[in-house]
Amino acid sequence: MTTKITGHPGRWLIILPPLLFLLVFFLIPFAFALKISFAEVAARVPPFTDILTHSPDHHLQLTLSPANYLYLFTDEVYGYAYLYSLRTAFFSTLICLALGYPMAYAIARASKSTQNILLLIIILPFWTSFLLRVYALEGIIRDNGLLNTVLLHLGLIHQPFQIMRTSLAVYLGIIYSYLPFMVLPLFATLEKLDHTLLEAAADLGSPPWRSFIDVTLPLSLPGVIAGSMLVFIPAVGEFVIPSLLGGPDNLMIGRVLWDEFFGNHDWPVASAVAIAFLLLLAVPIAVYQYYNVKQQET
Amino acid sequence: MERRYSPLLLTILCFGIAVLYIPIVTLIAYSFNASPLVNVWGGFSTMWYTQLIHNRQLLQAALLSLEVAVTASTVAVVLGTLAAIALVRFVKFRGRLLLAGMVNAPLVMPEIITGITQLLLFVSMLQMFAWPHRGFTTIVISHVVFCTAYATITIQSRLQSADRSLEEAAMDLGSGPARAFIEVTLPIIAPALLSSWLLNFTLSLDDLVISSFVSGPGASTLPMVIYSKVKLGVSPDINALASLIICGVGACVILAGYLMRRAEKQRELEMRSADHGPVG
Repeated sequence: MTTKITGHPGRWLIILPPLLFLLVFFLIPFAFALKISFAEVAARVPPFTDILTHSPDHHLQLTLSPANYLYLFTDEVYGYAYLYSLRTAFFSTLICLALGYPMAYAIARASKSTQNILLLIIILPFWTSFLLRVYALEGIIRDNGLLNTVLLHLGLIHQPFQIMRTSLAVYLGIIYSYLPFMVLPLFATLEKLDHTLLEAAADLGSPPWRSFIDVTLPLSLPGVIAGSMLVFIPAVGEFVIPSLLGGPDNLMIGRVLWDEFFGNHDWPVASAVAIAFLLLLAVPIAVYQYYNVKQQET
Repeated sequence: MERRYSPLLLTILCFGIAVLYIPIVTLIAYSFNASPLVNVWGGFSTMWYTQLIHNRQLLQAALLSLEVAVTASTVAVVLGTLAAIALVRFVKFRGRLLLAGMVNAPLVMPEIITGITQLLLFVSMLQMFAWPHRGFTTIVISHVVFCTAYATITIQSRLQSADRSLEEAAMDLGSGPARAFIEVTLPIIAPALLSSWLLNFTLSLDDLVISSFVSGPGASTLPMVIYSKVKLGVSPDINALASLIICGVGACVILAGYLMRRAEKQRELEMRSADHGPVG
């Protein structure tokens, strides 16, 4: 059946529009960023030099300046921001996993009708605005927000507990915003789990916690990886959360990039930061792609 | 199939759901606060909602965002459908891996990188071809990119589970592959098209980072205006606006989900009666 359609030249009418569109507007932009990361900042529009110039004797001349990349190593802000972003994303992912796994497990074990309602409850925040949810969280953790008001009334604390503009606020923001991304892929693998395997393990005398470690956990590993990547990768590049909830010390790489671009107007350095950032993310993105493509093939 | 629930599991589930919802519910409650002070309850009032109507800057931004969202999600559903057909139906073709990669990558690529690289492309294109000028066009193009990715994934999984034998039967009865697809398979994947359009619409309406990079002077989307206001501190009219958006989107999603489930059940029922119906 498929062979009949394969080979038909008309199929390129279907393949080419999305392929060309994504090629031009998603992939090729990276080549431009790479090119500009080797240019120098200049006082003109657009604000950088051309790396390809005509020399006086009409030869094309390629001038690549590695200065922007060297600059990333000399100014310690960048190294600090990269490490801080990786660390924050890593621990947020762990906490999301610790919270999301039992949630996904509980949903997977519910009856079909309860399952649909619970899934809707988890997905609904994902549909509503990300920016507005971060803003809503600010209303809870502000010095005069709901959390402090409640704690003061209960007499548990005597003066407001500062969360805003600290690392804790950034962690809470990431966990709050990305929790659904962890729960959904975990649920997808836990739902497909074959329960006869667990029954077999129980029949053979394995206690429930043993069955969980030996059967459930390994079988849900694809969900763990997919969920972790869906939280970790965007969290490393997060801009809105550190900008709205974090303080001046919570320099994540997304914020540095934003400031370099809109504050300093240094496009070549911003491009170099972006390319270096992309290289840093290449491994997790490749892992995610590998599992994703593999899962779609089967 | 009722199974025993451990109290710990149930507690964590309830805690997680509470974490997701308490901030939103609090925000909506405070949008009806008559007092402009955030920690003082000054009585029930809808004054912040009426103030919204007179805020020209917000209305203009909302209009631009809606135009962008409708255009981008419509184009993206078309491109996403084509990409999904290519990936599911055409087993082998040059560039298959490239297409699959480019469809999945925008989902995990940090927005700030996509934004910066796309801006550099638009600036270089403007130099070379004198097109596109930064504003509505560039925002729509960059939104179509990530929306296409989401649309393809949604439609792809639906297309994979669609029964091909019906389409084959139509072809055996003499319709061409294109006609068989449009008349048989398209109605089956229609719910996926609708839900991916809705998802694209909300994602586009919400985007701040990419729009900020690729937008030009004078073209501020709603999230850009909200961000600059929120950055300055809490303002009660943003509470009202946020409540409107959250409730509006939430209601649409629930309604769409309900309608799709009903249509699905209807279709299943028809299929079953067709299967078991009298022959000849």
